[in-house]
Amino acid sequence: MGLSRSSVAGGAVDKGQIGRRRPQDKLVALAGNPNVGKSTIFNALTGLNQHTGNWAGKTVTNASGFCRTPQHSLLLVDVPGAYSLLAHSAEEEVARNFICFGGADAVVVVCDATCLERNLNLVLQTLEVTRRVVVCVNLLDEAAKKGIQVDIDGLSDLLGVPVVGVVAREPDSLQSLLLAMDEVLAADYQADDHGLAVPYPAALSGAALRLGNLLPGLLDLPQKAPNISPYWLALRLLEGEPTLLAQAEQYLQVDLRQNEGVRLVLAWAKANLQAAGLPVDTDGLQDVLVTALIKRAEEITHRVVRRQGIGHNPDAKIDRLLTGHYTAYPLMLLGLLAVFWLTISGANYPSELLSAGLGQVQDGLSALLWGRVPPWLHDMLVLGVFQTVAWVIAVMLPPMAIFFPLFTLLEDVGYLPRVAYNLDKPFACCHACGKQALTMCMGFGCNAAGVIGCRIIDSPRERLLAILTNSFVPCNGRFPTLITLLTLFFVGAAGPWAGLQSALLLTLLVVLAVAVTLLSTHILSLTVLKGQTSAFTLELPAYRKPQVLQVLVRSVLDRTLFVLGRALLTAPLAGLLIWLLANVQVGEVSLLAHLADFLQPFAQIFGLDGVILLAFILGLPANEIVVPIMMMGYLAEGALVEVAGLADFKEVLLANGWSWITAGSMLLFMLFHWPCATTLLTIHKETGSLRWTALAAVLPTAVGFAACFIFANMARLMTLL
Amino acid sequence: MILALELSLNIGTAADEKTVMDGCLAGIKPGEGAYVSRLNVGGALRRRLLDLGLVQGTWVECVGRSPVGDPAAYLIRGAVIALRAADSAKILVRRE
Repeated sequence: MGLSRSSVAGGAVDKGQIGRRRPQDKLVALAGNPNVGKSTIFNALTGLNQHTGNWAGKTVTNASGFCRTPQHSLLLVDVPGAYSLLAHSAEEEVARNFICFGGADAVVVVCDATCLERNLNLVLQTLEVTRRVVVCVNLLDEAAKKGIQVDIDGLSDLLGVPVVGVVAREPDSLQSLLLAMDEVLAADYQADDHGLAVPYPAALSGAALRLGNLLPGLLDLPQKAPNISPYWLALRLLEGEPTLLAQAEQYLQVDLRQNEGVRLVLAWAKANLQAAGLPVDTDGLQDVLVTALIKRAEEITHRVVRRQGIGHNPDAKIDRLLTGHYTAYPLMLLGLLAVFWLTISGANYPSELLSAGLGQVQDGLSALLWGRVPPWLHDMLVLGVFQTVAWVIAVMLPPMAIFFPLFTLLEDVGYLPRVAYNLDKPFACCHACGKQALTMCMGFGCNAAGVIGCRIIDSPRERLLAILTNSFVPCNGRFPTLITLLTLFFVGAAGPWAGLQSALLLTLLVVLAVAVTLLSTHILSLTVLKGQTSAFTLELPAYRKPQVLQVLVRSVLDRTLFVLGRALLTAPLAGLLIWLLANVQVGEVSLLAHLADFLQPFAQIFGLDGVILLAFILGLPANEIVVPIMMMGYLAEGALVEVAGLADFKEVLLANGWSWITAGSMLLFMLFHWPCATTLLTIHKETGSLRWTALAAVLPTAVGFAACFIFANMARLMTLL
Repeated sequence: MILALELSLNIGTAADEKTVMDGCLAGIKPGEGAYVSRLNVGGALRRRLLDLGLVQGTWVECVGRSPVGDPAAYLIRGAVIALRAADSAKILVRRE
């Protein structure tokens, strides 16, 4: 099916991270339904600095960090959100594998107090795996606002394990969680066992109990896996879910389904079930199991949750507007426009400032080196390496630092699921999943993150569609270039309205990108990825007041610095390379000129020129460095020009034969070309296939060349007429 | 086979009256609610729906539709979940 399981299953946690665990550290898993504030708790407990390369908004891989309780030091693992341990999507499988086979010393299950009943399903399932569980009821403040009260002590009595109520946004309230973790981690901890938590039909639990009594002997469980509850394993064997059993076999290093003893007792247990009139197939048994779990959750909820007044829904009014028949799409476009406008107008000034500042640094550096090192080394370091780096910082950093937090705020408030809700129909028409709208949105931040985010899509076919088309939407590394070119070539005189005009044009480009995403998704689903549209369920979470400060810190730390760091890592090398190309002469002409000349006739067909195309090729490591490379290419050829501001920038371009047609073609090619190296590597990791990776590169490139060809030649015709 | 038998038994009895009273979740309009009577699906969607708490007897309310009418949003055990009409048509409900 193309998608590799090995990329997400198996070791579950990045081996390197677990490797850093010291012997005295306890391993604690932080689990819960999606969107219950797990990541907030994780961050509060581990501190922002310990946060590993995980993307805000959606945890799709296990992230880990250290934290201390009064008695223990812990390695805390933030497991992706999951509704149950029955696992459907790749991310839920990561969660299930870690909870069941991750070897955790304890599990914290975070619940949303506003819909405790649904959350208890996971709690009850986790309790069957291990009794060393702390149930953490979060969002008590939101629940109180909705008139919902949870009897924490009563819940603890019913479940037989510690339950704490917290408000994750108030870190002080997490103290009780730390104490509860100490309690369940204590060597002599004993959960209050009120018999079996979930009342399955007597024949089922009876069969599972007897099977569970035999399994330890048959499989040498106490030796191999003291953490695994035999009763739980018996239930799973009866249920017979293949992916889980495969995982269990890998963990226990035993061929469960081929084991003669297991087969015999299993056959006997199933005969018992049949005799009691119960189903024995996987689907039928899962029904029985889940129904019992849900009924138990319902019963517990009735006893511990009090509702006051009629459960009025404050979100309904907002939703009527944001998902309304007439208002939804205009508001989406307006929101996009506002984000771009804020980004463009906000980035202007700091960009100029950085540009001027770095220019001075460059002068200083130049003065320092001049005369002390050979001229060629001076040129290489100052004009090659430093100038490229300065470009990346001055042009790329400000828009990124504004766009990322703005976007994360939208994520934090809960608007993005509404976007997926609004856009599901178009995606459904393309035989794709509405959640592709979410991964597309993540692509605005970073395409590599968007590709990883595709794990939220259940169906492998629809997941591939989303992965292959993700780089059709411009990432954060491409926005600054798009903005610059739009502002220079397509917006009238600078003035108060220039920013808005750029924002409008950028919005149009993004609409074009989304349209191309839909079109190519449709074409793919009619050709190489044929298949039926699969089911779609999407939770629309309650709107939450955004945590502005945390969003700022996280988006700057996690995203902006990550992307910038990568650009800065590649920029000096690219600068060095382009400088060498421009200064190594072969037959009186520089290598750069040779290459550019070689590409020129081909590039011209598409309205570009040789240097631009070369910059795109050399810019494969990161889209942020395409423009700096291009500028180096132009500047290295002629006399040294001081590029202090956007006006100088435009002059350089015009001097190199640019017209609005060149700018338009470059805009289109910036929008549609091969994904950057990081994204390609990620696609390869996620699909496990070179073929799909190649298609993911070829598809946008072909679209880009076609778009440029049509645009450039139409424009040329128009100017002729 | 059993399903066919059930159907043939239903025809001609109270079935007509019943189908007027009952229907599928997709037929529930915003603001209305109903009890789940049967999930007419198997495989992954069935497991997903069960996970969300949609077992027999669960009260479900339609809280809105997306701008083009499909999918629609349902309040299920305290959470709002969007379902496509193609899927919610397979969830049989009774209104009482």
